[in-house]
Amino acid sequence: MMEKMIFGRYLPLQSAVHQLDPRAKLLFIFGFVIVVFLANNALSYAVLAAFTFVLIYLSKINIRFLFAGLKPVIWLIAFTFLLHIFLTKEGDLLVEVGFLKVYEGGVRQGAFISLRFLLLIFVTSLLTLTTSPISITDGLESLLNPFKKLKLPVHELALMMSISLRFIPTLMDETDKIMKAQMARGADFSSGPIKDRIKAVVPLLIPLFVSAFKRAEELAVAMEARGYRGGEGRTKYRLLHWKWKDTVALSLLFVLAAVLWRLRS
Amino acid sequence: MDIQLQEVEYRYAAGTPFERLAIQHVSFAIPEGAFLAVIGHTGSGKSTIIQHLNALLQPTKGKVIIGDRVISAGKKEKNLKAVRKKVGIVFQFPEHQLFEETVEKDISYGPMNFGVPEEEAKRRAQKLIRQVGLSEEVLQKSPFDLSGGQMRRVAIAGVLAMEPDVLVLDEPTAGLDPRGRKEIMDMFYDLHQKRGLSTVLVTHSMEDAALYADEMVIMHKGKVYKQGKPRELFSQPDELAGLGLSVPDVVRFQHRFEALSGIQLTKTCLTIDELAEELSHAKKRGGLS
Repeated sequence: MMEKMIFGRYLPLQSAVHQLDPRAKLLFIFGFVIVVFLANNALSYAVLAAFTFVLIYLSKINIRFLFAGLKPVIWLIAFTFLLHIFLTKEGDLLVEVGFLKVYEGGVRQGAFISLRFLLLIFVTSLLTLTTSPISITDGLESLLNPFKKLKLPVHELALMMSISLRFIPTLMDETDKIMKAQMARGADFSSGPIKDRIKAVVPLLIPLFVSAFKRAEELAVAMEARGYRGGEGRTKYRLLHWKWKDTVALSLLFVLAAVLWRLRS
Repeated sequence: MDIQLQEVEYRYAAGTPFERLAIQHVSFAIPEGAFLAVIGHTGSGKSTIIQHLNALLQPTKGKVIIGDRVISAGKKEKNLKAVRKKVGIVFQFPEHQLFEETVEKDISYGPMNFGVPEEEAKRRAQKLIRQVGLSEEVLQKSPFDLSGGQMRRVAIAGVLAMEPDVLVLDEPTAGLDPRGRKEIMDMFYDLHQKRGLSTVLVTHSMEDAALYADEMVIMHKGKVYKQGKPRELFSQPDELAGLGLSVPDVVRFQHRFEALSGIQLTKTCLTIDELAEELSHAKKRGGLS
């Protein structure tokens, strides 16, 4: 059941998106998150969606797979959609069921916000799907480098991030294993009243924490044993190269922003 | 209770780019009271098979018949607890599944999930803690205060406490010292013999397979490569070597001996005692000087 989670997974393919510099991709995402908020009518959202789907196409990642990966957040999206439908009181009244009134503005808002959510998730999943965790961290470290002057522990932050990313799949596998072991002992994670289900999680969480702490300790010892002493004077095996493609990718974002600015009402 | 696998196929993450075929065309039976060993190289699909034996995984093709339940591909299965009560699985490194405050509570967890009253569960814990070679004082300790070997025994007791009809063991002795290995394997064998408990042993240890199993399944690249009696299967060491598997030391010795001396013993020996006897027979026949 954990197999379907795509968050934090990397899919090694050969595509234009894969080959971009991780710094370019990170800046792109950062920019995209802001640009998304420029869209505020049907046309601008359509452009935004089209742009995202072109990105997905270029990354050669199967769209069906991205949709499958949405499953864990679909409830969140549905929830925001419903919230907007029932709470926005603009435009014409469409339906009235008891005390619930659905206005035209609510449906529009709900649809837009859900779409915004969806596109953001697609694009951010695209980052982790097309960039290996190590490149992401390298990119982040390099981008944050100027903050070193402000005594920000950039290297340590990057290391923390790469370790967390690295261990997502490991912990997922672990969760799956422990879940199965407890299910074999009669645990039931997927049915029964909420109270029982919350209780059922304890036998899963405790072993998971125990093993995560054990792993952390072992990793620390292993790193120390190999002489790791932080980022000072440490050279890199993989060097990042900014190419013209990366500049082009970032410019595309500016183009998108300009277009959306024109189209928004 | 019999278990049968019929043309079972399983794909991990089916329908995603991470899809991976783990096993295919796997068919074999575990008759009641059998001691079956499943051997194979790492990644040959042994652990995947195990998870089908109590419906933790549902085949993507074919079917698994567990007693009177049929688990087949594409069907939504309900109420699998009944199946899981009958088939106890000791997973690899079972000590990772411990979580309760006390050993006693942890051992009682399984049976209580299956509706056994607390009193009875505690009684089983008391009985089992001795059976796995620990003293009763351990029952009130936290499982996390125990040594690795002790934790393993507690975890095994936790599965045995469910009183399953079929016991499935996935590398139950991995990482234990030789004495611990023997004690634990002997305990399982004892249960198998005295209570007629059907046992499935997944192992890397050819010694254990030779010593305890009366039937053996060799897995290779997700398929059943061969099935038979250990004595027959171990009599072809070259074939096994081709699969990246070895034969027990005793068998290897016998084959080297036969090759060097030119004397053929009458059967493939699986234990040192058997070998000693065969060698003394050969000596009496006058072949040995």
